[in-house]
Amino acid sequence: MSQLLKIEGLSVHYYTEDGIVRAVDKVDFLMNRGETIGLVGESGSGKSTFGLAILRLVPPPGRIVGGKIIFDGTELTSLDEREMQKIRGRRISMVFQDPTTSLDPLMKVGDHLVETIMAHENVTREEAKERALKMLEQVGIRPERFGDYPHQFSGGMRQRVGIALALALNPDLVIADEPTSSLDVIVQFQILDLMKRLKELYDMGMILVTHDISIVPGIADRIALMYAGQLIELADVNSFFDEPLHPYGKALLESVPNIQFSDQKLKYILGNPPDLINPPRGCRFSPRCPYATERCRREEPPMINVGSDRLVKCFRY
Amino acid sequence: MANLTIPRMIMSGLSRLSLRRGAERLFVVAGLAIILAFVFMAILAPVIAPYDPNKTGVGRLYESPNPRFPMGTDRLGRDILSRVIWGSRIVLIVTLSSMALSSICGVILGLISGYVGGKLDTVLSLFMDSLYAFPGLILAIALAVMLGQGIMPVIVSLTVVYVPIYFRMIRGEVLSVKESLFVEAARAVGANGRTLIFKYIFPNVIPSIPIVLSLNAADAVLTLAALSFLGLGLPAHIPDWGFDLRMGYGALTAKIWWPGTFPGLMIVLLTLGFSLFGEGLAEILNPKLSRR
Repeated sequence: MSQLLKIEGLSVHYYTEDGIVRAVDKVDFLMNRGETIGLVGESGSGKSTFGLAILRLVPPPGRIVGGKIIFDGTELTSLDEREMQKIRGRRISMVFQDPTTSLDPLMKVGDHLVETIMAHENVTREEAKERALKMLEQVGIRPERFGDYPHQFSGGMRQRVGIALALALNPDLVIADEPTSSLDVIVQFQILDLMKRLKELYDMGMILVTHDISIVPGIADRIALMYAGQLIELADVNSFFDEPLHPYGKALLESVPNIQFSDQKLKYILGNPPDLINPPRGCRFSPRCPYATERCRREEPPMINVGSDRLVKCFRY
Repeated sequence: MANLTIPRMIMSGLSRLSLRRGAERLFVVAGLAIILAFVFMAILAPVIAPYDPNKTGVGRLYESPNPRFPMGTDRLGRDILSRVIWGSRIVLIVTLSSMALSSICGVILGLISGYVGGKLDTVLSLFMDSLYAFPGLILAIALAVMLGQGIMPVIVSLTVVYVPIYFRMIRGEVLSVKESLFVEAARAVGANGRTLIFKYIFPNVIPSIPIVLSLNAADAVLTLAALSFLGLGLPAHIPDWGFDLRMGYGALTAKIWWPGTFPGLMIVLLTLGFSLFGEGLAEILNPKLSRR
């Protein structure tokens, strides 16, 4: 498989009044064409910022302060805005978390697609409409809904539109930022299923950003675990769920409630996520880690390759 | 679609109009009727005015209202009814064109300033705020004096007075709409700045324009009347309510009430028409206001 995305030492900081928030801190990342990666982390771990940074859409006061994003041979951080616009939507696109607010309330559902297609390709409105209708059909929306407005759609259907919009130009990479978090469980599965199907159909790479680790095994090939702005474990899904290596990953899996042992007490990870303005010294998980040693609190562990493309940021390996 | 938004909004406004009862509905209908009456009067002036408005001596000087001159004659023996009818032309031309100009300039500048932000926004906002800081009439007087007499100078000075109102409103709206997720989503699929402003942001700020437009028109009628009352702006050969009011005012001490009363009444009526229409529209189109 050929390499699609290579990220080296990416850092994104938010310059807030309270100080500099290091939302993404020197992250290295590799991904192949056609691969799906589940990027998992808790709120504030920097996973959404990471996704936005790839599209260079980090909202101010945030800024990419270092590192390289090499997408299909092109370095994105040094591109000018006009060239970046050509990449957004056409090569890399995004599905947003909240489908109620990510569609323009005054624009017809179908016109969202038409506008996007016409922004990138030199086609007439009729041709764009034809393609838009085809795309809507792909995500299970009937052609007669083309002229409806977003408020006439249910949440699940709006997310289908969001997906159609992201896939309209057949991009190589889709970043899905919590695409199912605002949907109910049944619809969640329909949407994930749809995304999986379309991803295979179009042979795209996908980064699925989520805080819900339970949806990852059904859809992703690999999992990337983020904690406090850093990537702490990168593994293929099967080996991770068999045996997570990083103590945080372990704790995370243990805290997923299991329906078979209903009398089991709910486990959780003690302590709070660290303050990213003043992150803990050494390993950022050390204050909450049951295995932490003096060394963990003093120096930061490197990313250690434990074989078969498995990386973990912990001194125990 | 951008070009469908206004008709759709008017349609939904009208459909609500037919369903709802109450004062605001009456306001809009009455206001619209008054405005339309003046519009017809202005268009049909050559047909319905019994005399040439500028011709002196069609009657004796200061004839009180009588069957031949329903509103009497003025100090030069001109027919006041004819002058009032012709006067509606200039008022409508000046207010409507200055409204059109100021809303277009204000909206475009507001869109750009709000969207681009940064230094451009700071400079434009500062400039607009300093214009806005002057009382409208004072600014209009200063500009009219500077620009000299004529229809265009008056239109320009009224435009300058009202541009900041649109600018400030639109800029504020843009600042909030620009932060919406759908704008970011459009950006994420490759929309450029122009598409974002005109296809996504602009349609979402349109709804606030019409109300301000008609309320401003009411204000503009008064400002124009004040300007010509002070003898600034319009040349003497154009029949104009404000100027006639001024002339009539001089005769008031001699118990000659008709030359001033009728033009004054027209100013009040047209202002009332625009205000009623604007207020009623605001009540109907703004769901937060209307559900009291």
